[in-house]
Amino acid sequence: MTAIGQSLPRKEDPRLLRGAGRFGDDLQRPGQLHARIVRAPQAHGVLRSVDVSMAVAAPGVVRVLTAADLPDDPRIPVRLTVQGIELTEHLQPVLARETVRYVGEPVAVVLAEDPYLAEDAAELVALDIDQLPVAMDADAGTVAAEFELGFGDTDAAFAEAEHVVELDFDVGRHSAVPLEPRTLLVEPDRATGALEVFGMTKVPVFNRGVLASMLDIDEARIRVHAMDAGGGFGVRGEFYPEDFLVAWLALHTGRPVKWTEDRAEHLVAVNHSRQQQHRISAAFAADGRLLGLRADVAHDNGAYCRTHGIIVPELTLAMLPGPYRVPAYRGRIAVVLTNKTPCGTYRAPGRFEGTVVREQLLDMAADQLGVDPVQLRRRNLLEPAELPHTRPMSTLGTDVVLDAADYPGLLDAAVAEAKRLGYYAQVEQSRAAGKRVGLGVAMFLEKSGLGPQETADVSVGTSGAVRVHSGGTSLGQGIETVLGQITADGLGVSAADVTVINGDTALQPFGAGSWASRSTVVGGGAVHEAALAVRERAIEVAARILEVAVADLTLHDGVVEVRGAPGQRVSLAEVARACQPGSAWLYAGEPAGLAARRRFEVAHMTYPYGAHLAVVELDEQTGGVRVLRYLVAYEVGRAINPELVRGQLIGGVAQGVGGALSEEFGYDESGQPQAVTFMDYLMPTAAEIPEVDVLVTENAPSADNPLGAKGAGEGGLTAAGAALANAVRNALGEAGSVARLPMTPARVRAMLAGEAG
Amino acid sequence: MKPAAFTYHRAHDVRESIELLTELGEDAKILAGGQSLAPMMNFRLARPSALVDITRVTGLDYLRHGADGLRIGALTTHRTVETASELAGFDVLPRSAHWVGHYPIRCRGTFGGSIAHADPTSEWCLLAVLLEANIVLAGPRGQRTVPATEFFHGFFATAAEPDELIVEIHFPEPARQAALTEFAQRQGDFAIVAAAVRLSSVDGQCTGGRVVLGGVDPRPLVVDISNALDGAAVTESTWDAVGELVAGQLDPPTDAHGSGAYRKQLAATLVARAFAEAAAR
Repeated sequence: MTAIGQSLPRKEDPRLLRGAGRFGDDLQRPGQLHARIVRAPQAHGVLRSVDVSMAVAAPGVVRVLTAADLPDDPRIPVRLTVQGIELTEHLQPVLARETVRYVGEPVAVVLAEDPYLAEDAAELVALDIDQLPVAMDADAGTVAAEFELGFGDTDAAFAEAEHVVELDFDVGRHSAVPLEPRTLLVEPDRATGALEVFGMTKVPVFNRGVLASMLDIDEARIRVHAMDAGGGFGVRGEFYPEDFLVAWLALHTGRPVKWTEDRAEHLVAVNHSRQQQHRISAAFAADGRLLGLRADVAHDNGAYCRTHGIIVPELTLAMLPGPYRVPAYRGRIAVVLTNKTPCGTYRAPGRFEGTVVREQLLDMAADQLGVDPVQLRRRNLLEPAELPHTRPMSTLGTDVVLDAADYPGLLDAAVAEAKRLGYYAQVEQSRAAGKRVGLGVAMFLEKSGLGPQETADVSVGTSGAVRVHSGGTSLGQGIETVLGQITADGLGVSAADVTVINGDTALQPFGAGSWASRSTVVGGGAVHEAALAVRERAIEVAARILEVAVADLTLHDGVVEVRGAPGQRVSLAEVARACQPGSAWLYAGEPAGLAARRRFEVAHMTYPYGAHLAVVELDEQTGGVRVLRYLVAYEVGRAINPELVRGQLIGGVAQGVGGALSEEFGYDESGQPQAVTFMDYLMPTAAEIPEVDVLVTENAPSADNPLGAKGAGEGGLTAAGAALANAVRNALGEAGSVARLPMTPARVRAMLAGEAG
Repeated sequence: MKPAAFTYHRAHDVRESIELLTELGEDAKILAGGQSLAPMMNFRLARPSALVDITRVTGLDYLRHGADGLRIGALTTHRTVETASELAGFDVLPRSAHWVGHYPIRCRGTFGGSIAHADPTSEWCLLAVLLEANIVLAGPRGQRTVPATEFFHGFFATAAEPDELIVEIHFPEPARQAALTEFAQRQGDFAIVAAAVRLSSVDGQCTGGRVVLGGVDPRPLVVDISNALDGAAVTESTWDAVGELVAGQLDPPTDAHGSGAYRKQLAATLVARAFAEAAAR
């Protein structure tokens, strides 16, 4: 029985469920100091002075760091430069020097003997700020970048159109809020000058390089240990100001320095996301054929460009046409800087935003054309025979080549499943009972498996235990389990015998990290190839021991065996021992060890897809929206661990419900954030999330990786805003129209009164 | 989110609590469950110099139901109220308890703590005013009783002196037809608007009623409905009319959770719903 395809229990769970997880804040080092960041209390101003005299004199304080103490003006580089656009002048300094640009911007760091004293002293740092006018929306901001993506002749398409539909829509500012805020602990080795960094779970190898270059030391002197994490979702593990500051302080004080972000900080410090204003229009022929699509987007990026640069705006445009046949497309986006927390990616970046406008536009078009919304989609979805389909525009440095898919098949399956589960009947019955309910359908295209490469090491120890050093990181998604299953099948052992070590830059210095739904696809590809290489090597050495030809051997269940002669066998442990230095089975000059490192490269991403169906009920008096039913249908190519795919999708829905209905980082007109606690930043709880129905299909395996897998990390979220907006639109009927997310009760109440919500 | 420095004192009885409060001065605070105070201290919105922990004081955890009404000891948890049976005439209290925070909060938070905290959306504060309860305070000058209608002075401000401790909340009069309802975006959140109402009716005709609202004023707000209910029929249209009458008298604040206008709409709705629920009792 193969491990791939089984819902094996997670390798991570025994430690996580027994409280034995390795989280950053659990670590303590002798002599450690605690950092507290002093943050700007105003949204925009000239920083006249930072007076640290009282703070320095406070009990337990070891050092107070300001920008003046740093040799030059260190700024955090962009991790992914796209569209050839230079952003140097918009990068965030690690500490504000002359100007503060958002509430929460780091201005100083207090280092003290305990976190309480550090927080006490941080209050004593006196900032003299001359307030400047604030830019609180895209119209008032500074344009940092502006670009277009597209193909075909949209002018001609709109000129010949029988129907044109247009939508203005705002997506609200919200972001990932992992249960565990960030933690960093940096321990210097005073003998060697090396730094051990604990934290940074996402792209540790990249961050190690950034840190080495900013500290001007060789990267081999830094070892990053990505820790267990209570969720990542895009925001955790990027290189933030704190990642430099904590390491710098450890290097310069010679003592371990720890920083644990608190929730109030988290909500103003980590990347925000999503805030965009869209004007989108579509041209249709009389028969409902989509002729062209135009989008004009303003992307509010907050005060600076951080590590993600402009990839969210780029993904917004590149993915906006979705799974449809779009002959002509023109997307234009302005990336605007405002006096708010800077932005980055949040699970399904760009796709959540683009999908919510495109899918509403299709529903509006269906109304205008007088056709069923599902039929209109079906008419315009690319057919399997049209794939692969190349869109002449690039994103994340690769061309958009839509790979194997059956979009209409998935949409049909999703609608059939919703009918089978009684969604449509429930809507009819509820309407008959006088309730204001609505059903929304949204189709989406995802992307996954971003390259260019991932590297994996697989080795077999003398006990026969298999170890994998992968470049992924464990963010709670279960990647250790998935890579263990892939290794087990590739090598011919039980998944239980495989241990996966993630995110240690010393053990795997070429890892590219876990993001962009890439680890199963690209990391899995590397692990698969390394496991095959170890298998080949094991058979080769076993052939010497058993004195038979390589071709006569098989490897399964941890044993190499002569085909047709089951008694003639040697265990993987014995083969591993035979590969030890000094073994008689090793040839002269042959490297010791039963291990292999392999690099897996991909030229293009692979594009999963799916559909969301939601049923909502509106309270006409309060404007409250209750999600009654929710279905995600998702094509994953090949489900390595079906239960984990399911878990990913359900978790994504929960976040999508939040972004669609309640989560929003609001600001007042002076730039003060209005959501800095969980009383005001309203993540949905178990009470607000319905039972989620999941339909996972494996009808369109990817041809670009040996497993056929497509990423599963984001599709639960991608169309949630769209499906819920369409469901609310459907419930509103003639009463009003949706104009923005989140659809809070106050806004829905206004929509019910016929105002644009 | 670490509290500023404070000293911690555990009191074992009411007398010792008062002595500690007297000795520690007006910046000392009573810890009676900590479900509101501790977060406020962690945000450094509250900076008491000292905490007097009364959670181990014995004899203040009771519900006594008798001829003179219902007496609730200050340290009675929300959960105890929620699960109380046989509170005939006062069962609006257990019925409303599920609106108080979440289960863990209800297990640790106390009735007296909630009254002392005086959040204007607090269910217990609204019901104390609705049912015209008396707040029994113990202090160095002995015990005194303040009517709930005079107890709440504004956001987190009450008639209690810094050296006084709430020991009991006394509900003298039962209200068989009473209800509290509220609206928040999530289960367990502070209400955007909360409405507590009581009704008296005879043979399908109203003879009187009372409305107290939370979330529209710095205090639990008693809204004058004068004689609007007298003689009115026990029907939905009556409740809608009273809801509109109430909303018309409000000038609620605007914040991130809703504008003043939206709060007025909510008030109208919630008052009507609360009356419907009360009438069904």
